[in-house]
Amino acid sequence: MSLSEAQVTQIAYLARLSLSDDELQDNTKDLNDILGLAEQLGAIETDDIEPMAHPLHMTQRLRADVVTEIDQSELFQSIAPKTGNGHYLVPTVIE
Amino acid sequence: MSIHTKTIAQLAQGLKDKEFSSVEITQHYLDRIKQSDLNAFVTVTDELAMAQAQAADDKIASGGASILTGIPYAHKDIFCTQGVKTSAGSKMLDNFISPYDATVSHQLNQADLVMLGKANMDEFAMGSSNENSFYGAVKNPWDKSKIPGGSSGGSAAAVAGGLSCFATGTDTGGSIRQPASLCGITGLKPTYGRVSRYGMIAYASSLDQAGPMTKTAQDAAIVLNAMAGFDDKDSTSAEQVVPDYTANLNDSIKGLTIGLPKEFFSDGLDDGVATQVMNAVKEFEAMGAIVKEITLPNSAYAIPTYYIVAPCECSSNLSRMDGVRYGHRCDNPKDLEDLYLRSRSEGFGAEVKRRIMIGAYALSAGYYDAYYLKAQKTRHLISDDFKKAFAEVDVIMGPVSPTTAFDLGSVKDPVSMYLADIYTLSANLAGLPGMSIPAGFSNKLPVGLQLIGNYWSESKLLNIAHQFQQQTDWHTKTPEEG
Repeated sequence: MSLSEAQVTQIAYLARLSLSDDELQDNTKDLNDILGLAEQLGAIETDDIEPMAHPLHMTQRLRADVVTEIDQSELFQSIAPKTGNGHYLVPTVIE
Repeated sequence: MSIHTKTIAQLAQGLKDKEFSSVEITQHYLDRIKQSDLNAFVTVTDELAMAQAQAADDKIASGGASILTGIPYAHKDIFCTQGVKTSAGSKMLDNFISPYDATVSHQLNQADLVMLGKANMDEFAMGSSNENSFYGAVKNPWDKSKIPGGSSGGSAAAVAGGLSCFATGTDTGGSIRQPASLCGITGLKPTYGRVSRYGMIAYASSLDQAGPMTKTAQDAAIVLNAMAGFDDKDSTSAEQVVPDYTANLNDSIKGLTIGLPKEFFSDGLDDGVATQVMNAVKEFEAMGAIVKEITLPNSAYAIPTYYIVAPCECSSNLSRMDGVRYGHRCDNPKDLEDLYLRSRSEGFGAEVKRRIMIGAYALSAGYYDAYYLKAQKTRHLISDDFKKAFAEVDVIMGPVSPTTAFDLGSVKDPVSMYLADIYTLSANLAGLPGMSIPAGFSNKLPVGLQLIGNYWSESKLLNIAHQFQQQTDWHTKTPEEG
């Protein structure tokens, strides 16, 4: 199976990336090469194997439901590209 | 012996004996960084370093010093440092002044260390040559036409080039061990969960692990003592007791059983590297160790498994880089989608984009089972191979990298670059601790020996490495200019 340039454009869009014509050409080749590498896994029988999500098979730890963070919104917003009235500003979404 | 060839243990002794002050050694390193053309640092924090050195000297004078007080180090630019630019080697975070400290940064500050600056690295830790940094490639101090390895290339070059006493690194698929090997220093990737990942900019969260990059195993033990430990800010941090990693360094390794996986010595391994690795193994035999051939039958699948699992996790982790709350934002976005698309396309480099797209594809509807789920299953098989091996042997040894450092710019296609990670990836997939220690030279370039241990066996690995360094002097060699 091989990805076409149109499919790579779609994948890029899913990841919110836009590619120039040169980048599209290069990435179509590279992504097909990498997926070709991944095809090797098809040779292994894994029907009865559990997927491994965590190296030590640990489960997520829970903590008490108490507030541990202090309000640092001013500090955090001081490094934001654009803010106003305590909000992060982006181009208008709804007129 | 000049200051920059001294180990942590030696500098600590000199500071204690008033042979020199922390201000003096810090200035010495800052002068060397200024004169260096290795490009090992993204940011040099000279003012902060001098202030920390002065505070350390005050502490030494008042008698409250520890072994790390006043020791200058390079901090990989993946660790958040409050008030200091934390770029992760990316244009995306070129303007990111971290508002908080990573747990590791906090721990190292608590230990009264002196941060010389933030070390260069492959963008978001994705790379094996340090050529993927927005700030340019790092040069190998042994031969400036060669790569230092990656992704902790700046850290390795700083230590090997005498620009810092030690450095921090992170290892997702070999990023501590491989540059340590190619630059001829000691590097330790601890067991997954040993060192907190809080504030360590995530690449692949189920694989990422921080560790020390040092001149000796003894130094690695000293630094790991400061870095290791449970952290409730990291949901995958292990609630495991932290031993004193220096306590067992001098234990005898007589009777130690070493496993050599036959898959690690097959085609593709450079002859010069193989010779040095086998010489090191013979040295262990002379010290009383027993060598056994073992098999890790699924190790060839580590590359395809890793290059699905890691990109999937990275595509998820890096989705937060959207130009809204911090980091790069494109000029004059016409709408929200344009803001996302252009900010991300301008902010990320080629390799990062590639891995994000592989991950986005492998996680998308219809392909998840064939790629991501499949890779998680093969990951299990790779991990089980180690379980069987460690029922028979105490430690696994082999090469770190199939070759010594290659020429800058010589490997152009991504798959060829990925293949060079063959010996390091499986320890990350299994979550096991691994080390690289200097084991000789091939064509005047350093060769590292890899040690892989069972879970939580850092003390044992450091003991084995330290005993080797008592019998050999490869770890004391420095590049000519040093």
